[in-house]
Amino acid sequence: MTTTGFPIAAAAGKGVPSVFDRLYEWVVTVDHKRLGIMYILFALVFLLIGGIEATVIRLQLAAANNHLVSPHTFNTLFTMHGTTMVFLVGMPILAGFANYLVPLQIGARDVAFPRVNAFGFWITCFGGLLLNSSFLTAPVLFGGSGAPDVGWFGYAPLTENAFSPGNATDYWVVGLILVGFGSIAGAVNIATTILTGRARGMTLGRMPLFTWITLVVQCMILVAVSPLTASLILLFLDRGLGAHFFDPQAGGSALLWQHFFWIFGHPEVYVLMLPGFGFLSEIIPVFSRKVIFGYPVMVAATVAIGFISISVWAHHMFSVGMSPAANTFFSISTGLVAVPTGIKLFNWLATMWGGRIQLRTPMLFAIAVLLQFLVAGITGVMLSVAPFDWQLTDSYFVVAHFHFVLVGSLLFAIFGAVYYWYPKAVGRMLSERLGKWHFWLFLIGFNLTFIPQHFAGMLGMPRRVYTFLPGRGLEIWNLISSIGVAFQLAGGACFVWNLIRAYRRGPLAGNDPWDAWTLEWAISSPPPAYNFAEPPVVSSRRPLWDLKHPHDPDWHYE
Amino acid sequence: MSMDATMAAQAADTISSIFAPVSTPAAKEADLARMVLWLSAVVFVVVGGLIAYSVVRYRAPAGEPGSEPPQVYGSAQVEAAWTAVPLIIIVVLMLATGRVIHEVQAAPQPPDAVEVTVVGRQWWWEIRYPKLGVITANELHVPVSDSLSRRPTFLTLESADVAHSFWVPRLAGKTDLIPNRTNHMWVEPHEPGTYLGACAEYCGTQHTLMLLRVVAETPEQFSRWVEQQRQTAAAAPADPIAAAGRRVFLGTVCSSCHTVAGTVAKGRVGPDLTHLMSRATIGAGVAPNIREHLRDWVRNPDNLKRGVLMPAMQIDDKYLDQLVEYLLTLR
Repeated sequence: MTTTGFPIAAAAGKGVPSVFDRLYEWVVTVDHKRLGIMYILFALVFLLIGGIEATVIRLQLAAANNHLVSPHTFNTLFTMHGTTMVFLVGMPILAGFANYLVPLQIGARDVAFPRVNAFGFWITCFGGLLLNSSFLTAPVLFGGSGAPDVGWFGYAPLTENAFSPGNATDYWVVGLILVGFGSIAGAVNIATTILTGRARGMTLGRMPLFTWITLVVQCMILVAVSPLTASLILLFLDRGLGAHFFDPQAGGSALLWQHFFWIFGHPEVYVLMLPGFGFLSEIIPVFSRKVIFGYPVMVAATVAIGFISISVWAHHMFSVGMSPAANTFFSISTGLVAVPTGIKLFNWLATMWGGRIQLRTPMLFAIAVLLQFLVAGITGVMLSVAPFDWQLTDSYFVVAHFHFVLVGSLLFAIFGAVYYWYPKAVGRMLSERLGKWHFWLFLIGFNLTFIPQHFAGMLGMPRRVYTFLPGRGLEIWNLISSIGVAFQLAGGACFVWNLIRAYRRGPLAGNDPWDAWTLEWAISSPPPAYNFAEPPVVSSRRPLWDLKHPHDPDWHYE
Repeated sequence: MSMDATMAAQAADTISSIFAPVSTPAAKEADLARMVLWLSAVVFVVVGGLIAYSVVRYRAPAGEPGSEPPQVYGSAQVEAAWTAVPLIIIVVLMLATGRVIHEVQAAPQPPDAVEVTVVGRQWWWEIRYPKLGVITANELHVPVSDSLSRRPTFLTLESADVAHSFWVPRLAGKTDLIPNRTNHMWVEPHEPGTYLGACAEYCGTQHTLMLLRVVAETPEQFSRWVEQQRQTAAAAPADPIAAAGRRVFLGTVCSSCHTVAGTVAKGRVGPDLTHLMSRATIGAGVAPNIREHLRDWVRNPDNLKRGVLMPAMQIDDKYLDQLVEYLLTLR
């Protein structure tokens, strides 16, 4: 070690690495587990930032005629909240889980392209920092205009120079281009890893469902994020070089941006939600003590959702004046998504049916997802009915719907996943008591915040308004909605405290604290460098079940 | 402060629920929506009930570790059943959906229909009746329709700047106003009244206060309103203060953005002021249209509507009073 001449390596030789050495190791690492944890920590930091933005939004809307923030500030808050939660929380946290878990679940020693992996993380990280540094530009830089205020889907021509002078929108465009490169790099890497790095005996049909879903999601990222990145580059040309792609005053098309954005935006919803389904497909069987019901159907449903999701984008655009035929087509394609999604829900239900359900914290979150995703799915079908959507779109009903998807379903699934895999990554158990406080506070807070927003929308409250008119039946729903935030914050505090406390003095987890069945539980917690000392050999979907029940292995039945 | 004024401006109004339709398209949409809600309620109760039941029924007994339950790997018949049932529900739903889409979007325009062009602007509505020769802003007047003599209003929707969306929940679902594109929608109210709406597509700083009023009135009232709106403004008012205000209006930059028909003021950037005082509110719904608010608005529009594009006019108090006196004569 010392022969390399690096002072770092010399210091490491002394036995106790300094803080700087340890930081250096993390910065230069190409280990999939470390990069996975860095993705997740990065996302949790931005979850906090996006959560603070949401809290200010709800404080402003707690009462009619409130003056906490100016209209412009409010517009920057909801723009940054949406952009942050989708691109700097949802995408990276799921990339983190895929990074950490996929090689362990398929019995690989690392990902296919470790350096591409590090590149993906760091470009995402710097894209996020660049985007958020826009907050600092208003008072500091000459010509700075603060954070972007164009909404997270940046409809043209509001994003053009004529309507958004200054560089706020440029921060948004460049930040998202960088984050998009990171997502594409990550997708290539994880998809290749799954296709080429599986242990002996692990055919495609024996992969854990989380890995299967991750494979489908990576393919969707390649199809969805690439057009977004391309459109952002076109927009950047419009703003920087005077091109006119989306500038109607010079013959460009404002509507084109909407098509380009949603051809990304709708598959993106499933890119975010499907990994949540992956977590559920791991957690529910283990805590029901039963094999997943209908594994091949679950895989088929995932692939079906992937394909259908590419043909539904214009259901975000029912009010732009498409022809009746186009509106009918997109209503039908959107309604059809309910079928494979319903199949998934019923298969989880059938997995629980007849099991021995243990209500540990991961399972509590999973059950909440089933109920809240049922609501999200049903309101999704309502929105697929174009004439109903003409009333509901761009109202608070839509806000409620997609928060039931992204918070009530995805974030709850992520919390469940953290409780489930934290012992593997850290080697210590999270507190069940704090976990239950976290669960119940967050459950109550989430439902208080987002159920009332359905009613506000049906009473005519448009989204993205910095205040609302008194005397129109909106006060009570907005007040309840804001009160819910306090419960969510308290729940979030329990979560963070639990993570920190368990890291220092949680009980040791051992290899397999949940008595689970996939390969990651076969090795020590945390796993050693390069994971498997000996490449494992797999002969069914539940290799550890086969080990634990040698007289009754799974491959008898598959 | 601006919103206190708004509260007063809107005090007369009630709740704008999408389930309280007063117009044909909104009623068709609400009927379909009710059917969807009933179906949804049944699905929620059945599936939610099954989830809750399975958690309670199959919860592991406390304390005793027990053996693993029987492992069930799947069943083709059961999978087929829960694929087919949702598929049937979706097919039924989509047949109803397709019918309503065509009924609303492909409705033929009766010969008596009123034609209106609405142009979205940051952050107000320009409203033109090309066949009637009327131009106004932020307040759409339409006749009520009855089954014997249908008289719906067909709207042509355009935008002068960014994307907006026309939404008056009790009259119809929303349709966007998109630059370089012409959209269409129609309303057909059956009860006289004032119905409130707003821009529903985020369009910049004051998206929130881009409010909209639709006044549905009897055919007689509507004809009288049209007659009155077609008049040009009278020549110089008799009152000397108002006459002086007219000179201020025509002699400063007011006239480069606003039109007062019958004068040299022909600006097209801001709302047409020929019949300013016939409108209930100013600033696209931010405040009741009375002397006090008019004066405040002209002095510094930002006080009432923060971020508005009309600049503060920096007019001396004396001229401001004259100007407001003149505006009050524009009936």
